[in-house]
Amino acid sequence: MSVDSQGPKVGADEWVARQAHRREYLPSWLGQAQRAGERIGWWPGLAIAGLAGLALPLLGVGGFQLQVGIDALVIALLAVGLNVVVGWAGLLDLGFIAFFGVGAYGFALLSSPQLGSAGIHLPTYLSVPIVMIIAALLGLAVGLPSRRLIGDYLAIVTLFLGEAFVEFTNNVAPSVLGGPNGITTIDPISIFGYQLTTNASYYYLLVIVVVAVMAVLRLLETSRTGRAWRAVREDPLAAAAMTIPVNRVRLSAFACGAMVAALAGAIYAAQQTSVFPTDFDTPILILIYAGLILGGSGSIAGAVTGALVVMVIYDGLLRSSTEAGYLFYGLILLTLLVRLRPWRRLALVLAATVALGFAAHAIAAAISASAVAGGPQSGGWITDALRDWVIVPANAQTLGNWGFVVLICLLITLVQVSSRWRTILLPPTLCLASFVWETRLVTEPAITRQLMIGAILIVMMNARPQGLLGQRRVETAT
Amino acid sequence: MSAPGGPETPGAPGVLELDQLSLSFGGLKALSGLDLKVRDREVVSVIGPNGAGKTTVFNVITGVYEPTAGDVRFAGESIAGRAPYVIARLGIARTFQTLRLFMNMSVLENVMAATYGGTKAMPWESVLRLPRARREEREVRALAEDVLSFFGQRLAGYRWDQPAYSLSYANRRRLEIARALATRPRLLLLDEPAAGMNPAETHEVTELIGRLRDERGVAILVIEHDMHVVAGCSDRVVALDHGVKIAEGGFDEVANHPAVVEAYMGRHPEDLAEAD
Repeated sequence: MSVDSQGPKVGADEWVARQAHRREYLPSWLGQAQRAGERIGWWPGLAIAGLAGLALPLLGVGGFQLQVGIDALVIALLAVGLNVVVGWAGLLDLGFIAFFGVGAYGFALLSSPQLGSAGIHLPTYLSVPIVMIIAALLGLAVGLPSRRLIGDYLAIVTLFLGEAFVEFTNNVAPSVLGGPNGITTIDPISIFGYQLTTNASYYYLLVIVVVAVMAVLRLLETSRTGRAWRAVREDPLAAAAMTIPVNRVRLSAFACGAMVAALAGAIYAAQQTSVFPTDFDTPILILIYAGLILGGSGSIAGAVTGALVVMVIYDGLLRSSTEAGYLFYGLILLTLLVRLRPWRRLALVLAATVALGFAAHAIAAAISASAVAGGPQSGGWITDALRDWVIVPANAQTLGNWGFVVLICLLITLVQVSSRWRTILLPPTLCLASFVWETRLVTEPAITRQLMIGAILIVMMNARPQGLLGQRRVETAT
Repeated sequence: MSAPGGPETPGAPGVLELDQLSLSFGGLKALSGLDLKVRDREVVSVIGPNGAGKTTVFNVITGVYEPTAGDVRFAGESIAGRAPYVIARLGIARTFQTLRLFMNMSVLENVMAATYGGTKAMPWESVLRLPRARREEREVRALAEDVLSFFGQRLAGYRWDQPAYSLSYANRRRLEIARALATRPRLLLLDEPAAGMNPAETHEVTELIGRLRDERGVAILVIEHDMHVVAGCSDRVVALDHGVKIAEGGFDEVANHPAVVEAYMGRHPEDLAEAD
């Protein structure tokens, strides 16, 4: 056993600081990965991540996966832009999605037959900067309420502004904006004379743009402007007393975030070759926020990582019932492994769950054959493994719905009762969860993926409130 | 570096002059007809019981409140009603009674953030690392290290990169002063710098205020309840009660002034009996 004689005395300031620093790390191999990431440093890390992103298609990723990657990168770009407004300047902007729409519609109008008799077909190197500048100016305008509004009020006012954009594109000047039918004849982006038409080319473009935007924002974060943004978030009154013009700094954060969102919008419009008002509605906003919060608000790498994770889970994995099943059972097993101590208790719960499932299945089968006629819906080897364990009746819809309600009640009870009762209630809860999953959730992917993202965020909130890569923060009273 | 505090020269122009300053919130008179002068390199203490309006004076000077009547002049220029950040840029820095650090920023960043008004680089210059941005960043860093080194080992070394919330209470108070110094002030407003400190740290605060004046050449207006600090650091003491100045002068003179004693202690029972 070696004792670090060089270390500070226990209880001394520096010792306390080191302990706090140590708590920042996740346990076991995750913590080691975290430390390794820190040793690499920010810039080499960015370069490695960028190269890995560029190399991904070479590993045979294509088709549907590539489209998921493109969507994920667009959301990542939006999340890193939102991070400027929410993570750094501390302004809860729920109208952020509108700037994405402004970028997309702006690019669409400047690169399609919509405007004028022959339409406008500006080259990309003109149209993209123009829409970014327009978005920045709009950002300033939307930011103006933040002079007087903050917190909840700002959130709700910006949410109205965001919804106003959807209504605007739906209803105003349908001959130009296309109303609900959108604009469907958008030119592709062209760079140095090359027209980007394939999904692969947009994937590469997006990887490069995301890395470039991350680099720019990193340089800003550690500059005079970045410090002012964060100072205003921490304490506006103190910031003003320290020579920082709070309102102007807030507006610049709005404008900066809006520019990034507009850039994402332009690329999105060109890649889709069409834009519709519903593309810029609240569901996308929720995904951006989910990514930012999961990854760690206030961290550039966190925002991008969180958005990629959310989108790959949401758009990639949860569309296929088999992969969704892996994720569902995997998450449950992982939670049990992490939370249930000691090992004897874990073994007991697992054994009881397995036994209870088989017993219930056998009894149900003996009573009526149709009670177990459905079979698990997850697909893959999960179906085979669970065939004789989970009860799935022939017509499970109503029963599944009731099961869902009971499951929610059971889950709420679980967190309220003592540890002994929790051990007793866990096996039936797990069996019921599996029943609800196989009968209802797997067959309703659209609802299930929303629930899953919510569940992941709840787990994250409890395990690591600062997000994957975020820094621990203390709340400052204002 | 060291310059003597010097005897007061009456009639010399003050760095800060409050002229018949009044502030009312509706019917409540927080300040009425307050005259106050702080000269260059002078330490003036403001004392008074709780609710006397001491912090309100600071808030009016720094632009948080606009006075209802009267004027605030800084270096001969009226600053009443100007925005807080403008006043800070003119050279008035403050600390807060209830600490208001940028808790989730590092110690060094806390100080560097306060140099915003003294620098000019635009965002794109910072991104492209243009010469002006690079030069300013070097200067700001040097200034930050300079003001932090003013506190010796207290805010040195490994602490620079720690978030401010990890500092001890006394160090947070020190960091607030360091942050205020980074704005390059001519006048420093300290709001209860010794509040919550132990006797040793309180003594250190007294010395610190003297060093701030002598080595940094700033004028200091300080609110303090600890009479050891007030006695130890002040060139002049001003006593407030109910928003009105009740006494002014040297420490002994003010401390023994009947109005001050009454404000703190209430009237002596014998005096009350006489009044009946």
